[in-house]
Amino acid sequence: MRIRRTRAERADRLRRAAGRLRGWGGVSAMAAACAMTAAAVLLPLAHSSPGTGHHPAVVSDPASVDAAPFTLTDTCQDPEASLRPSALDGPTIERIRKAGKLVAGVDQNSFKWGYRNPDGHLDGFDIDLVKAIAKDILGNEEAVIYRAIPTSQRIPALQEGRVDIVVRTMTINCKRLEDVAFSTAYFEAGQQVLAPKGSPITGYDASLKGRRICTAAGSTAEAALKSQGYGAVPVSVPNQLDCLVRLQLGEVDGIITDNALAAGQAAQDPSVQLVGAPFTREFYGVAMNKGASDLVRRVNKVLENYRAGGDQSPWATSYRKHFEDVLPKAAVPPAPKYREG
Amino acid sequence: MLWSGATTAILLRSRGTEGEVRVAITTRPSAPGGGASGAPAGPAAGRGTAWAEGVERLRAAATTEPGRLRIIGAVLAALVLLFGVVAVWEISGRVTAAEDVVGRSQPLSADAASIYRSLADADTASSSGFLAGAQEPREVRQRYEKDMANASRLLVSAAANTGAGGESRKEIALLGEQLPRYTGLIEQARANNRQGLPLGGAYLRYANEQMSTVLLPAAQRLYEAETGRLYTDYDEARGWPLAATGAGVLALAALVWAQRRNYLLTHRVFNHGLLAATAATAVVLLWLTVGQTVARSGLGEARADGQESLKVLNDARIASLQARANENLTLIARGAVLAEDKKSDKYDVDYAKNMKQLDAGLARALELADDASGRDPVAKAVAGVAQWKQRHAAARESDVRGDYELALPQVIGGKGQKDSSGASFDTVDASLEQAVAHEQKQFTLAARGGLGALGGLVTGAAVLAVVGAGAALLGIGRRLSEYR
Repeated sequence: MRIRRTRAERADRLRRAAGRLRGWGGVSAMAAACAMTAAAVLLPLAHSSPGTGHHPAVVSDPASVDAAPFTLTDTCQDPEASLRPSALDGPTIERIRKAGKLVAGVDQNSFKWGYRNPDGHLDGFDIDLVKAIAKDILGNEEAVIYRAIPTSQRIPALQEGRVDIVVRTMTINCKRLEDVAFSTAYFEAGQQVLAPKGSPITGYDASLKGRRICTAAGSTAEAALKSQGYGAVPVSVPNQLDCLVRLQLGEVDGIITDNALAAGQAAQDPSVQLVGAPFTREFYGVAMNKGASDLVRRVNKVLENYRAGGDQSPWATSYRKHFEDVLPKAAVPPAPKYREG
Repeated sequence: MLWSGATTAILLRSRGTEGEVRVAITTRPSAPGGGASGAPAGPAAGRGTAWAEGVERLRAAATTEPGRLRIIGAVLAALVLLFGVVAVWEISGRVTAAEDVVGRSQPLSADAASIYRSLADADTASSSGFLAGAQEPREVRQRYEKDMANASRLLVSAAANTGAGGESRKEIALLGEQLPRYTGLIEQARANNRQGLPLGGAYLRYANEQMSTVLLPAAQRLYEAETGRLYTDYDEARGWPLAATGAGVLALAALVWAQRRNYLLTHRVFNHGLLAATAATAVVLLWLTVGQTVARSGLGEARADGQESLKVLNDARIASLQARANENLTLIARGAVLAEDKKSDKYDVDYAKNMKQLDAGLARALELADDASGRDPVAKAVAGVAQWKQRHAAARESDVRGDYELALPQVIGGKGQKDSSGASFDTVDASLEQAVAHEQKQFTLAARGGLGALGGLVTGAAVLAVVGAGAALLGIGRRLSEYR
């Protein structure tokens, strides 16, 4: 499974940058930016077009993999490289111990990631990871106060100390690194096409021609369709899950979204499936306060253990539990990357 | 008017001929040629038409006093009858319009308001039920079902009662098409929600979008079209009967002139017949004036105190319902949909907007409320809104903090949670319902009073006009009999 995901912020950033350029008065600058984006989108397609059997199971060194689109907005080197793991207690760990509870910012509307199961309890891949972290620090996986926070509140909640960690399908990128600290990557995702079973759509390719394709407003997928649409008719909705509503009502023919979220959609409607290969890559990480380096190291240690054990690792167990039928079976966690300091 | 104009012309002509005849008599001896007076008579007689013959006969009759009296009698009777006919015609038009206001267009406007409110209420109830999930209270579901049944029933009756008028018909058709679609989305939302699938929330948001961008605007346009028709009926009912007043004054003036002429010629002060005719005409004219004035003021009061208040209260109620739906949706969407600034939660922003509308509406309703029983429920609603805002702020704070488990009962209530924002909303809604009922009663009372003022006027005017015309003929007849 080779995945990459870029979130709304990147497109946003791109747009803002474009706006600034326009402000400086350059139609040519706009054209150049467009050309760059187009090139960035088109380049990897040559590598990941369907039919080539391109399906690497492991990605050990992201830097060496095929150039991914939309990376031009990332200004730093290896954003997913984090601090080296350590089990040493620091001030943040002390504080959490004293409080006796880990405060975790999670999603509750993202099926299979963080959602309320029918009996009202939070469940999902992200929630399992929160439990593993709580168990390591406090010795009890139930010693967690869950805070359901919307996307826009993830960074403020960390900065204002309202939560200790955010485990909420949050992509590691350079812009966010300015505000928060990330653990090593615990999941790799990418933009992919979701279509009804039996649909003639085969992926992010010419089979989209003339089809109504749904994307979330401001998302990477929307930007991708804009720069290389393959003749698709774009339909924009406020939220990725709204796309599934439109698909079920027959108002669109396919969806492009992050495949991790698409997995959640496919799990809610067995009649749709992911088609083709992912055409971007991005990594999810646990976000923490920028000053909590002891906690970052501790979480990285937890992740080391979480990944270890191959098929029987906690990671693989949780993956199977939540994504059995909707994501490729033989997936492994992304290898951690570290930086010094 | 045309007729009365023609009769006036005849009246003047008969006077003219009288004068001309006198001149002819006095000039005959001094001018044997008779050139001046003979010349115009020659060609008129030569034509020999029926009209000229009639004029000639009238001219001949006008040369004698009995002839003149006959003409005067006929004209007086005609004027009084004309007055009666015009009065009956104009007043029955106003009675019909006033009856339409009370019995047709106001109920239709109220029905449209009820459709509008039912739809907004259904949307609120469905989002409340959704938040409660599998524990959806039976009352909430019943409320939704009742709203839907009410809206469907009223749409059918509105379709039956609305004439071919394009605007309302178009909206009714649109509502009829979109309502089943909306209920379908709500049921999908419920089904998904009961399985614990977040997709249910997406369906609910889609349903809400359909409601607030398609159904509610259509219902609002229907309400405004029906209210517009109501105001047209008002204006028709309130229009002053100018032609009838004019004809009445003319008839009265002619009667006075005839009696003065009678007095000058005979030195008799009273002619019973003419006096009776004058009294009948004056009574009809007075009745018409007073009745129409009372009706106007009744209808004006119904409009100013009832209908205007109803409109303001209905709008406020819709705003409160939408605010409540948005408050629920804030918890359902959980920041999944951002407002235009790309930062704030869309539903939270919409909630604040609706609350502002609600505040403005209630302030206006307080201004319009003209008695204690109208003011009290509005004041209660204002207090409820203040409390609602307070509780909403507390719930919102919990929610933003990430404490969904606390925020949810703060919004929808539950075991041991009596001071939820939902309870405040219920207070506001109940108070507004009471206020609407009160204003509706006031409207009906005032409008019925106005309609009552015109009661019997049509029949009265018809009978009195016939009596008046008969009396005028009798009065003149008495004078004529003196010549036999």
